[in-house]
Amino acid sequence: MAGTDSERGTAVAADRTEHTPADEERTASARTKWAAAPGSSEPEADPTDPGRDSAPDAAGDLAGLEAGLDALDTGTSARPPLGEILRRKVVPPVTAIVLVLALWQLVFALHVKPAYQLPSPLMVWGALAEEWYKGTILGIVWQSVSRGALGFAVALVLGTVFGLLVARIRPVRAAIGPILSGLQSLPSVAWVPAAIIWFGLTDATIYAVVLLGAVPSIANGLVAGVDRIQPLHLRAGQVLGATGLHGIRHVLLPAALPGYIAGLKQGWAFSWRSLMAAELIATSPELGSGLGQLLQTGRSYQDMPLVLGAILLILLVGVGIELLVFAPVERRVLRNRGLLGTPG
Amino acid sequence: MPPTLTTPRSADRDTGADDHAGTRTHAGADAGAAQPGYAARIDRVSKSFGRPGARQLVLDDIRLDVAPGEFVTLLGASGCGKSTLLGLIAALDQPSSGTIDVPGGRPALMFQEHALFPWLTAGKNIELALRMRGVPRAERRTETERLLELVRLKGAYRKRVHELSGGMRQRVALARALAQDSRLLLMDEPFAALDAITRDVLHEELTRIWSETGVSVLFVTHNVREAVRLAQRVVLLTSRPGRIGREWRVDIPHPRRIEDADVAKLSVEITGELREEIRRHGRH
Repeated sequence: MAGTDSERGTAVAADRTEHTPADEERTASARTKWAAAPGSSEPEADPTDPGRDSAPDAAGDLAGLEAGLDALDTGTSARPPLGEILRRKVVPPVTAIVLVLALWQLVFALHVKPAYQLPSPLMVWGALAEEWYKGTILGIVWQSVSRGALGFAVALVLGTVFGLLVARIRPVRAAIGPILSGLQSLPSVAWVPAAIIWFGLTDATIYAVVLLGAVPSIANGLVAGVDRIQPLHLRAGQVLGATGLHGIRHVLLPAALPGYIAGLKQGWAFSWRSLMAAELIATSPELGSGLGQLLQTGRSYQDMPLVLGAILLILLVGVGIELLVFAPVERRVLRNRGLLGTPG
Repeated sequence: MPPTLTTPRSADRDTGADDHAGTRTHAGADAGAAQPGYAARIDRVSKSFGRPGARQLVLDDIRLDVAPGEFVTLLGASGCGKSTLLGLIAALDQPSSGTIDVPGGRPALMFQEHALFPWLTAGKNIELALRMRGVPRAERRTETERLLELVRLKGAYRKRVHELSGGMRQRVALARALAQDSRLLLMDEPFAALDAITRDVLHEELTRIWSETGVSVLFVTHNVREAVRLAQRVVLLTSRPGRIGREWRVDIPHPRRIEDADVAKLSVEITGELREEIRRHGRH
């Protein structure tokens, strides 16, 4: 039905001519003429200059109009003052902690449970202070944190490689994608007995459990991040010539970063959890003593203040790293992309 | 219209089941001493999508030359395969048959959405294009500043994409496209999502930059007035499948405005043709 149009030239307007080099010269010279016209010797954009409308100077008028449009369209965003941030961000959690402590003290004062089962906040504080005076507590915390950090670092590398493979190579995704998500829901404590049989009571056992806990989270985070990349950004990268490794480095990874960071956060939480489980179960003199072993010591001496103190320390380290390392990175990434609501 | 099977367009090439039988040449800008007389040559290009047996012919026997420095608008209703054609020229996809020759190297492409990378500042977006082109690190910053000045966004180097207005984003996107230093700039309805005043301003900017840089432009739009306002030549693309229809030379001298009587007059004529083409799809 559209066949009449298919032959090029049958429906072409009468004034259309075939393109020849001469034709092209004609347009080129016409353009030079236009470029040399007084209007195109452009003055600087001057948004403060008012009376431009009446001037025949089209280019200058355009610059002024454009500057005005830009000014009107650009929003202003100022950061709220420090006091405001303190009031909104610091006061609520501090209030919540104080309330929990008060409730705890109240339950203790009412003798709901005997003191050896439910010590007061001050008794827990005393137990921690005692460990501090023994001079061992920093070493214990460091032992666990350094193990956690090293395990996390290795998990980061492995998880990233796995994640990229699963995200980008279809057969790999079909083969191990479901297993990787499934592993995420398997509590890594379940690996402890197996790891002990394989590696004995060594550091290898602890790291194996940490890696099995953290690698799937990091890989899945990266896969989710890659899946959420706008196809338009990938096309734009291709147009710019960012293909292959350049494409991964300059487009794929940065575009997937928000999902990737969410995966890293979860990966850290999983490493820390797995580490505590491994330390709690795999105790031996050669393994040194971390927070998990401290917990175990408290249990064997029926020392409830020490047990609660160890739990508090584990919580503190986990939350501290999340707040000091991951939260600022995530906020920065999201704010740079305009994905965070107005600050505050 | 029922789905049509692709028929081989060239005798020496069998396109039976292969969807990527078309050829393309993206010679480097400095390859060959004799420059051909075109910035892009699209020769007997067809494109169909879908599995064998249920093929949908999207582009049929497209033949189009863009002369060096020429500004061509490709006009058509939705579903005529305008964007598909640009994707083929930009090598984002392969034609089913026919050849595309772009002697000036990888063409630059501007999308309807700005497609700027939100993880980079405006300046860094442009620098990435320079880097991919192989511009040495030391020269990138000055070149970026020059391009930002060209689109009148001096001082926007450190701005984040989300801090810019829609018009400013498209200007940064234009600067990034120009940073590719391609002889051919493809534009896929780049101003369709902008408000009328901003679009008007960007029309003037584009005309100015086109005349200053001498780049060839192939601009896709469904807006007849925009097509006439900008182009030296308006080419109508029919729908389903996309075929080259009539074309018009636009001899209205610059500076033009979208509300000029001459622009309006030619627009009326072209709109009539476009409507007639659309109406045909309602009759069976």
